[in-house]
Amino acid sequence: MNPAYSVLLFTTASGAGYGMLALLGLTGFSHGPASSMAFALVSMVIALGLITVGLLSSTFHLGHPERAWRAVSQWRSSWLSREGVAAIITYGPALLFGAVWSGLIDAPQLIAPLGLFTAVMCAVTVFSTGKIYSTLNTIRAWNQPLTVPVYLSFALASGAAVLMAVAVIFGRFQTFQLALGASALLLIAVLKFLYWKAIDNAPRDRTMANATGLGAGVRQWELPHTARNFIQKEMGFVVARRHSEKLRALFFILLAIVAAAYGACLISPWFALIAAPVLLFAAWVERWLFFAEGEHVVTLFYGNQQA
Amino acid sequence: MTCLPAPSAKKLGLVIDLDTCVGCQACATSCKEWNTQGYSAPLTDANPRSADPLGTWLNRIHGYEVKEADNENSRIVNFPRSCLHCETPACVTVCPTGASYKRAEDGIVLVNPDVCIGCKLCSWACPYGAREYDYSHGVMKKCTLCVDRIYNENFVEEDRVPACVKACPTGARHFGDLGDANSKVSKLVAERGGYDLLPEMGTKPVNKYLPPRARRDATTLPPESLPKGDGSAIDRLFAWADGLLGGKQAAPRSTKKTKG
Amino acid sequence: MGAQPNIATSPKTWDEIKTTTCYMCACRCGIKVYLKDGTVKYIEGNRDHPVNKGVICGKGASGIQQHYSPSRLSKPLLRVGERGSGEFREIEWDEALALATDWLGAVRKTDPKKLAFFTGRDQSQGLTGWWASQFGTMNYAAHGGFCSVNMAAAGLYTFGGAFWEFGEPDWHHTKYFMLFGVAEDHGSNPIKAGLGKLKARGAKFVSLNPIRTGYSAIADEWIGVKPGTDGLFVGALIHELLAAQKIDGEYLVRYTNSPWLVIENPGGADHGLFARDKDGVALVWDGSKKKPAPHTDGAVNPPLMGRFKLPDGRKAVTSFQLIAERFLGDDWSPDTVAPQCGVPADTIRRIAAELARVAFEEQIELDIPWTDHVGRKHDKMIGRPVSMHAMRGISAHANGFQTCRTIHLLQIMLGTIDVPGGFRYKAPYPKPIPPHVKPAGKSGQVKPNTPLPGPPLGFVMSPEDLLVDEAGNPLRLDKGFSWDAPMSSHGMMHMVTTNAALGDPYNIDVLFMYMANMSWNSAMNVPDTIKYLTAKDEKTGEHVIPKIIYSDSYASEMVYYADLILPDTTYLERWDCISMLDRPISEADGPADAIRQPVVEPDRDVRPFQTVLLDLGARLGLPAMVKADGSPRYPGGYSDYIVNHERTPGIGPLAGFRGEDGKSFGKGAVNPDQLKRYIENGCHWYYELPDEMKYFKHVNKAYLEWAVSFGFLGNTEPIIHQLYCEPLQTFRLAAQGHGKVIPPDRHKQRIETYFDPIPFWYPPFEGEMVEKDAFPMHAVTQRPMAMYHSWGSQNTWLRQILGRNWLYMARSKAKELGVVDGDWVTVTSHHGKIKAPVKLMDGVNADTVWTWNAIGKRSGAWALDKDAPEAKKGFLLNHLISELLPERGGGYRYSNSDPVTGQAAWYDLKVRIEKAADQSDESAPQFPSVKPLPRTT
Repeated sequence: MNPAYSVLLFTTASGAGYGMLALLGLTGFSHGPASSMAFALVSMVIALGLITVGLLSSTFHLGHPERAWRAVSQWRSSWLSREGVAAIITYGPALLFGAVWSGLIDAPQLIAPLGLFTAVMCAVTVFSTGKIYSTLNTIRAWNQPLTVPVYLSFALASGAAVLMAVAVIFGRFQTFQLALGASALLLIAVLKFLYWKAIDNAPRDRTMANATGLGAGVRQWELPHTARNFIQKEMGFVVARRHSEKLRALFFILLAIVAAAYGACLISPWFALIAAPVLLFAAWVERWLFFAEGEHVVTLFYGNQQA
Repeated sequence: MTCLPAPSAKKLGLVIDLDTCVGCQACATSCKEWNTQGYSAPLTDANPRSADPLGTWLNRIHGYEVKEADNENSRIVNFPRSCLHCETPACVTVCPTGASYKRAEDGIVLVNPDVCIGCKLCSWACPYGAREYDYSHGVMKKCTLCVDRIYNENFVEEDRVPACVKACPTGARHFGDLGDANSKVSKLVAERGGYDLLPEMGTKPVNKYLPPRARRDATTLPPESLPKGDGSAIDRLFAWADGLLGGKQAAPRSTKKTKG
Repeated sequence: MGAQPNIATSPKTWDEIKTTTCYMCACRCGIKVYLKDGTVKYIEGNRDHPVNKGVICGKGASGIQQHYSPSRLSKPLLRVGERGSGEFREIEWDEALALATDWLGAVRKTDPKKLAFFTGRDQSQGLTGWWASQFGTMNYAAHGGFCSVNMAAAGLYTFGGAFWEFGEPDWHHTKYFMLFGVAEDHGSNPIKAGLGKLKARGAKFVSLNPIRTGYSAIADEWIGVKPGTDGLFVGALIHELLAAQKIDGEYLVRYTNSPWLVIENPGGADHGLFARDKDGVALVWDGSKKKPAPHTDGAVNPPLMGRFKLPDGRKAVTSFQLIAERFLGDDWSPDTVAPQCGVPADTIRRIAAELARVAFEEQIELDIPWTDHVGRKHDKMIGRPVSMHAMRGISAHANGFQTCRTIHLLQIMLGTIDVPGGFRYKAPYPKPIPPHVKPAGKSGQVKPNTPLPGPPLGFVMSPEDLLVDEAGNPLRLDKGFSWDAPMSSHGMMHMVTTNAALGDPYNIDVLFMYMANMSWNSAMNVPDTIKYLTAKDEKTGEHVIPKIIYSDSYASEMVYYADLILPDTTYLERWDCISMLDRPISEADGPADAIRQPVVEPDRDVRPFQTVLLDLGARLGLPAMVKADGSPRYPGGYSDYIVNHERTPGIGPLAGFRGEDGKSFGKGAVNPDQLKRYIENGCHWYYELPDEMKYFKHVNKAYLEWAVSFGFLGNTEPIIHQLYCEPLQTFRLAAQGHGKVIPPDRHKQRIETYFDPIPFWYPPFEGEMVEKDAFPMHAVTQRPMAMYHSWGSQNTWLRQILGRNWLYMARSKAKELGVVDGDWVTVTSHHGKIKAPVKLMDGVNADTVWTWNAIGKRSGAWALDKDAPEAKKGFLLNHLISELLPERGGGYRYSNSDPVTGQAAWYDLKVRIEKAADQSDESAPQFPSVKPLPRTT
């Protein structure tokens, strides 16, 4: 699949934003009012900012962004629609939560329920995003049990990393955050490792022979047109195995750097400022690979023997 | 609306005969010309004179080579591919806006171009590459089964077929109701072993493909030879030619060639 | 959930529908053009039309993009820079026509033959040939000489019909169909529809073709014959059928010259000619009376074989005896020919057996009584349901004439010509063998300001009909109807540029061409052709070809080499007639012709070429184009001519709706409302013959009488198939020194060899004249089904489908050569070298490479971007093909053509393939980009 930058930006930025927002909600749920209005407002702005930038960027690849509002209508069947609904709904509790948690509105009794609701909605939104991909049986690499957990864990890990960096700036670093960040980091490393193992081992048992019904001896002779078409541009992108292995290695190296930075946080929390961007970059690489390794079944009609 | 309607009794679709298609592109260009002014208008051609033209087409003809087990040589199979108007179309249920829908009355899968936001998710969900995004129009395009022809009262009855079917010079494309077991198309599918593309995807295509028939060459026919008799061939031929005279006339006996 | 939207299922996206005739290839289907506010919106097949019956092909459905192509010319152009530079000035029509009249008038009043007028994909040859004749030049032809002439001639000299679109298999009844080579741009939709019928009926379809694509892809059996060896394969089938006596003796005796007596007098002036009575009627042997009788005597049942002594003492033999002796020879046995043609002997034997079985055990009978030419009544029409069709795979070889005759011999021996299930004539065929038209332009017939006494093209019967001077040198510029190519009934357009530039046989003053891309894909040897078109006389500084006038609708490569360009309309902006005087659209069931009408008005300053030609004719004062007072005879242009011109009294360009009441057809007075009637009838006219006339037309009394009344035939003489071709023997005798017109010595051996009155096979010339090991591979082209000639690439839709070409090669061969899919290779012939990308496949003869024809474009032409793949990755094989054969002894270079008919031998090309050292993603040679023409982009 073609890794469109608008979609990569959307899923990495909004993933981090929802992860961070969820953690803020849980913080409010468990700890009550924020210890500093400035920290609360800045961190809320950053979380909602990441979410909003992501959502806006996702509309860049729409042919008719002005009709984007229509996308909430089909929540009964479409995970994309559900994601849209969840994303929009999340803004309500999130904004209220931010207001009460930061103390802009004085209603401390609402912090816990709003915080919990916000965190749940963040999870629902990211879950829906993951479902958009995992329910597409046309792309085996996406149609995996681990796709949704990977999306959720990336949101958590990248949200935790960003939150930690903000906390450090505001002098509110706690080793608990580090423990959470490190656990989430370990989780994505393990899940991603398992995910890649799963897709590498999944039998590529969809074949040109079955797609065309022409039997085992079939191979492509002529493409329909010598000029490239939408399908080839959008679905025909397949990363070379060698290149993909390099990028996977890069991904784990980046995670190792993040882990090292986390370790270094025990010496100086300011290393969190290194960890966050490196992890976001790692998330970008992972997301690029997620698309580039997504082999669409339609490629069987375009010369691919197996998918 | 992207929830699927209750299955319709009428399942309009195409039956494509791979044994007969010569790959002439008539269906592809007829589709293009009808639909660029019809329901799907326009089917844009971006940069048409350039090194990299990008056009929107709803029907494309692939060419495959098929190696036959007992035959040294491969056959070329021309393979038209367009929307299969699936009974459970994944492209419809993923649509967030309801632009994609399956018509309750005849099962045709359509995109409402006034509602489509151009998110392209439906093209990801379709296993068959049937949907093509029109970059300049900003919406998804697909085969409409010429919904603006098949019921069009401005045409005489026999022309109320999709443009590709009307065009097809070899008669390799058949249109009809595959929900009716007694329809011509259903019978054709039954007789010729019509099959689904990628049945494992669970989309239950309505369109069917008729497989290329076994070739009738030395691999399928016992070799036969013309009989040979005794004597020289020319003498036998002469005797046979003599027989044509019906014995009424005395035939010349000489078959000897003059020198020179 | 919203409700399902209501959509308009009965939209009327048009406000008008007009019928006309397609011109996206040579098939000429009926089309319906949908218009909205004067804009073309949609084109579909016309269901009522006899040719396509409603269907349309990939090309036809792309006509909109042809019509609105950005490469359309928009105004007359006058060259202001160097030839080839693309520097032109737009001029007004008055200036353009005055200039053309000036140039042409100067030629006409001195030496009319100094005008060479050659038209390409011309569908108005009835007009253009007549115009040339009125002008007084015999240097006229259309593109038939590099397209089809050897097969047209083979058919017309054998059975009075031909392949191409002049006949067709009986798609309704045939049970066994053999297709030789590619056949995709004439009879395009009828053949596709026919194949569909065969498939539906389960008839067997055998394809003999080095390449297994297109129609061959759906054949029941593919035989990947080596290019140029089809004649061997067919001859071996004949061998087998003769050996098993599986031939239709009755058909041969009654309807062919098989029993005619050939004089055996080696060395004599009459050797090999038919024994004739005092009235010139060929004789057969009457066994009961033991003496010869005229073959026209229906009471005689002559023997098919035997040698006889004539009353005057001469020896004679039936022509069939000679044919049988030849083909029963061991050199025609399957075992002998198998290694040469690459088809296993068992396959040949099996196909022969299948033919015999279908022809003689599966015969069909139609309950239609008919009467033959001698009055024998038949209560049924007996059909032998074997049919054949052939086109370029045979014609584009130097042995195509004799190979095509071999195929006709096979068809006729099986008794399958114009019988149910066989190969059927289409009106105006069958014609006398050959048609009674001889080429004009002999010495003394070309005079200043004087029309020729006849048409420039025709059919020679003997050397006396040749257009040669006393010394035996050619009179025509292209050397047509000379000893180089005596039976070149369609001329030799491929030689015009070369001969004019080399002054061989002479220089000309004006070269006038119409819609032929003669500086590119329609020319052999493109690099030298471009040199010839731009060559200047060193002394005078003038061009060797002084003036070039060219008419085309589009910015083709040829436009750049013209001095004066007369922009033509598109096919939707013009009147045309698809005339019985030219190449009509008849069906086997009856005659048909058609018109084009302008469905839209041109939005540019262009004029239909035919109207321009009539205008020029009037300005030049050509007698048939002016009235007594000197005013134009056809002031209304081509449509005026179509209605009012009469070739002979009562016979005009259109056969339908003649007579003042519009009720006559064939012959009849001029009907001023004729075009209106055609339009009302969907722009065509078709008459279905009564059942009793539908088959056996060559010997069917009712048909022959009707054909005379219609004007197709001069008399009711039957069309007796000429298996033994006596006119060929007259040339052979001339080469042996007999007769009034004798070839110069250097031609004698060639004439004697190739003018064999009995079909035979010889290897194509190029392969024999070059070192075999140096050029081991055959290289051929085929036209993609969705494109026609060079027009496809300018079509915005079609160029997306095929915007570049590859050199296709067998996987097995590629392995040998160390070439993998996608590699660039050099292709070298004895003449040139190109670089091309390779694509591998299985379905191609291993000794053959091929590519799509005419995809390669010159950078900048056709209003395509300079870096278009057509120019940068596409390529032409034309650069490798020489228009002249290598020198023979004496230094003379014959044209690269069939020696009998002058047909260009495109497919004789032999090449060597090597992996290219330069693997860069660009084809070679690359020619400098040409500038866009004024207002084409």
